[in-house]
Amino acid sequence: MKKTFFLTAITLLMTLQVVAQNATIKGVVKFKGEAPKPRLISMKADRQCDAIHGGKAVTAEDFVINQNGTLKWVFVYVKEGVKGKYNPPEEPVVLDQQGCWYHPHVFGIMVGQKLEIRNSDPLLHNVHSTPKKNKPFNIGQPVKGMKNIFTFTTPEVMVPFKCDVHPWMSAYAGVLDHPFYGVTNDKGEFEIKNLPPGTYTIEAWHEKLGTQTQSVTVKAGETKTIEFTFERKR
Amino acid sequence: MSEKQSKFHGLLFLFFFIAGIIASVWVVVRNGWWMPELASDRETIDRIFITIFIIAGILFILSELTLSYFVLRYSGSPSRKAFYLPGSTKKEILWSILPGTLVVIILEISAEFLGGASMWGRIHGEVPKDAFLVEITGEQFAWSIRYPGSDGKFGRTDPKLISYENPLGIDITDENAKDDIVFPAGQGILYLPLNHPVVFLIRSKDVIHSPYLPNFRVKQDAVPGMTTRTWFIPKKEGEFELACAELCGLGHYRMKLPVVVKPMEEVQEWLSEQTPAVDLYY
Repeated sequence: MKKTFFLTAITLLMTLQVVAQNATIKGVVKFKGEAPKPRLISMKADRQCDAIHGGKAVTAEDFVINQNGTLKWVFVYVKEGVKGKYNPPEEPVVLDQQGCWYHPHVFGIMVGQKLEIRNSDPLLHNVHSTPKKNKPFNIGQPVKGMKNIFTFTTPEVMVPFKCDVHPWMSAYAGVLDHPFYGVTNDKGEFEIKNLPPGTYTIEAWHEKLGTQTQSVTVKAGETKTIEFTFERKR
Repeated sequence: MSEKQSKFHGLLFLFFFIAGIIASVWVVVRNGWWMPELASDRETIDRIFITIFIIAGILFILSELTLSYFVLRYSGSPSRKAFYLPGSTKKEILWSILPGTLVVIILEISAEFLGGASMWGRIHGEVPKDAFLVEITGEQFAWSIRYPGSDGKFGRTDPKLISYENPLGIDITDENAKDDIVFPAGQGILYLPLNHPVVFLIRSKDVIHSPYLPNFRVKQDAVPGMTTRTWFIPKKEGEFELACAELCGLGHYRMKLPVVVKPMEEVQEWLSEQTPAVDLYY
């Protein structure tokens, strides 16, 4: 009994130490220049989808500028510098089809991690993924509540998803062989946690504005704040 | 075959003709398979359609009844022998000219007296100067829509610029293109002004398609390499549909486009809410 307690304590202490040693990179993705007019999507082409939204148009998510002038849906990840092998987490990433819309629009997933694609709409959707390095798939989900599980075998930034029934539906997945990635939120913030100390190349990917990279060096236990600024090319 | 059997077959011919007519009328009436309520200025089309339908219907019934009568009256009998009928130039000329004249008469009626010719001239002649322009581009299997924006002019397009992002190949360096409002395949709506001339400029990216608006009696082929044109005046407010009327492949049935007719002010307001091309392609 005593021995068990002792061992547990040591393991706990070691874990704490590991966490303490690991660094965090966080920051915001800003937007400079003239903001494009948000694109409105009418779902009148499918009466059921249109009814779900009460006949109102939905704003496209390909270019979302937050109220504070930052960008939403930017995939920020460690492009180079990660050493060692990381196993994918048990819990799946969920891509939900609700209101003839993908939730979320941009997400990260690890190689080998389960991607659960759900249909929460009482109508037909098809999930058509068109990766270049992984195996493409195209599956129909005609009934509400249907679920399909997929996994990716190769890192790829980004894997597009579309629905051939509703051409306005679009989502992107960043597939990586490590867990060091994040997606900017409503305030344009992202966070990459538990990074071992070292020098990394961080890339930010935006659907319309392309990519940007930065080199960042972090020490053990450090939290570094970085910033990306995307500009609209004219 | 005995004479009795032969007569029976003759009666069957007549029976199926009459039963067929009754069944068709019943199916049409029961399912409401008729043209939807007219929503444009093209009442001429309805007039021609109904007139030709009545003329052709009467001719069809008369000729079928004559045929049935002859089949019944001269059905096979053991006492009569089949004989060879040599060709007769006189008769052949007669039965070519007679139906030919009839067709010309029907054409003339529709063209001159029902307004067909003047309508053709109107559609293919000059369009009103202040007309509302929309460009419809067909592709397998959806429609792309483009409005000219506030300047009323469509910008330059180039097939070389066509990409996933820029499906119509719009040249954004052209000043006229900057305010164009573009809806990529399957994402657009035709928003049309009430009681105002609407001009469709119709194009195709691959095969022949045909935008068809049954409520407005409008149908015009989309031919690759050409810009075809048609125009009309919407006369009813509401939501309608555009379908493809040219079998263009497996997804032909999917080429549906919502059509909304509203007063001009509402259409302008809706257009002002949409994103101009300059904010989409750069």
